[in-house]
Amino acid sequence: MDLSAINPVLFVAGFLVAATPLIFAALGELVVEKSGVLNLGVEGMMIMGAICGFATAVETGSPLLGFAAAAVGGALLSLLFAFLTQITLANQVASGLALTLFGLGFSALLGQSYVGIKPPRLAEVNFGPLHDIPVLGPVLFSHDIILYLGFALVVAIWAMLKFTRAGLILRAVGESHDAAHALGYKVVRIRTLAIMFGGACAGLGGAYISLIRVPQWTEGMTAGVGWIALALVVFASWKPWRLLLGAYLFGGITQLQLNLQGAGVAIPVEYLAMSPYIITILVLVVLSADKSSAPASLGRTFHASS
Amino acid sequence: MIRLEKRPQASQAFSWAAPVLAVLATMFFGGLLFAALGKDPLASITTIFWQPLFGDFAFYYRPQLLIKGAPLVLIAIGLSLGFKAGIWNIGAEGQYIMGAIFGAAAGLAFYPTESVLIFPFMILAGALGGWIWAMIPAILKVKFGTNEILVSLMLVYVAEQFLASMALGLLKNPEGFGFPGSRNLQQYGSAHNAELIAGSGMHWGVVAALIAVIFAYVLLARHRLGFAIRVTGEAPRAAKFSGVNPTRLVLFCMGMSGLLAGLAGMFEVAGPAGQVTIDFNVGYGFTAIIVAFLGRLHPFGILLAGGLMALTYIGGDIAQSQLGLPAAAIQVFQGMLLFFLLAFDLFTNYRLRMGRAEVA
Repeated sequence: MDLSAINPVLFVAGFLVAATPLIFAALGELVVEKSGVLNLGVEGMMIMGAICGFATAVETGSPLLGFAAAAVGGALLSLLFAFLTQITLANQVASGLALTLFGLGFSALLGQSYVGIKPPRLAEVNFGPLHDIPVLGPVLFSHDIILYLGFALVVAIWAMLKFTRAGLILRAVGESHDAAHALGYKVVRIRTLAIMFGGACAGLGGAYISLIRVPQWTEGMTAGVGWIALALVVFASWKPWRLLLGAYLFGGITQLQLNLQGAGVAIPVEYLAMSPYIITILVLVVLSADKSSAPASLGRTFHASS
Repeated sequence: MIRLEKRPQASQAFSWAAPVLAVLATMFFGGLLFAALGKDPLASITTIFWQPLFGDFAFYYRPQLLIKGAPLVLIAIGLSLGFKAGIWNIGAEGQYIMGAIFGAAAGLAFYPTESVLIFPFMILAGALGGWIWAMIPAILKVKFGTNEILVSLMLVYVAEQFLASMALGLLKNPEGFGFPGSRNLQQYGSAHNAELIAGSGMHWGVVAALIAVIFAYVLLARHRLGFAIRVTGEAPRAAKFSGVNPTRLVLFCMGMSGLLAGLAGMFEVAGPAGQVTIDFNVGYGFTAIIVAFLGRLHPFGILLAGGLMALTYIGGDIAQSQLGLPAAAIQVFQGMLLFFLLAFDLFTNYRLRMGRAEVA
């Protein structure tokens, strides 16, 4: 075992990359849950985003177009969930599971001819001299634009929820849909928009895995990141800043685990690969005592007649 | 103007019509999907639903129906108990894997001793493996209020890694020339879950699945615990007043579903699969969720739904080899089924009314 093989600068830069898919997916789900909807289909929307983004990037040669397509793909799939839960009033847990099962199958179908291809690379943002600062340069100023977009989105969602009227309405719908309805807000419309936003974010997160983090396409490549994102929302107790912290924590663990595999630690690879999932469970246990900050209408079906 | 009106009581007729409508809609839209893939839609649908039952090689495929259906029914019966009470064990895939590992390990521990006691011991070990794996989310839920959905699902990934470690390490066949995977249990008489009647597909797992169906039916219809499950799902507040102990209910439902999933895994690894390999699991634990819903969480419904889903697996294989239909298309097909079912279920609790909405 040779721990000195792990370069701390590369490690930190690596875990920022590992955390980005989680930031997108979890942030989208945070907005959805703030509107009172529990969408367990994050994994399905992520994998759809992963293949839509990958295929578009390969066909057009433009990774940015790929990301745009991933957002559209995720949002389109989430519309199915919105239709089931908002129009046909189906159970949200079952609908979310259906979305994940369907997304995994559909993405495999779409991705058949893309196995083993390398996607076009998204260039790093040019920060000029900032990039050459020792340590800080490679860690902070040597990434692609999407990673910075993820960070900006955290700030934007935080500000939206805290300071704007739209954020207030979103929270009102999530806390008490009956009261919001009585005040004249279109509960179904607001929730549908939130679900689509969640889908687009999950799609972006998925594409970040297939286009940048891995980068290639394999069936089921999201491997539970969507579910970890769901856990992350609970971990963050529905607060964007804590979500960012949590995503870095999980990104760090994933990266550390990979680095330890590379460094040839005496622990078998399989047990290292288990660790992010086990740590997610442990974190959930520690934090599940406090549910006070969950939106009060989370997971409940709304129909104007009731 | 069309609007939705809540029915005063859920429609019994529609609750059973919804799965049938969902299957028909899936056939139609599945056909469209196959057409989009450049396959003849009618031929694809008949290949999937007709050939395994009545085609030229039906004598070969019919036993497959039992082999594929048994694990699905076994797992779905367990899941349905929890789903009825609002307890969401969605990690059956992991419990299935653990059951298979425990069961196979229990058998291989005695290799090459022959004894009639080995197979029953393997059954117990398989059930125990699945049960333990399901008790983790159950205990965390009752002790700490942890979300059982996320924990049970995370444990699927842990189980998959554990399976890889076992297939490459502890359970690896010492005479396997370095290939991954355990000894083949089919070649170890005492541990082999052989067909009870040769060529029928009938193995002990099928028997267990049928027993589970009857057991679940009696439990739900006649036993106090079944009443507790139903009342908790339909009216949690009423359940409290009628003295239901939620902690015991969670432990029972999760434990039972884990146990049955573990059994399914054990019967599979000792019979049709034969070996513990890295990718021995094929997603029965997730497909069983569709089976449970398609069967309306009712034991006999699940039996029918399990048969239907087994049919799509077998028909899908045939369509794959004969028509070149991609394997993923069948997965999409199965996912569609759940979508349509959930959508049509609307009419169980609501009805459409024409005319102007009244002023509230």
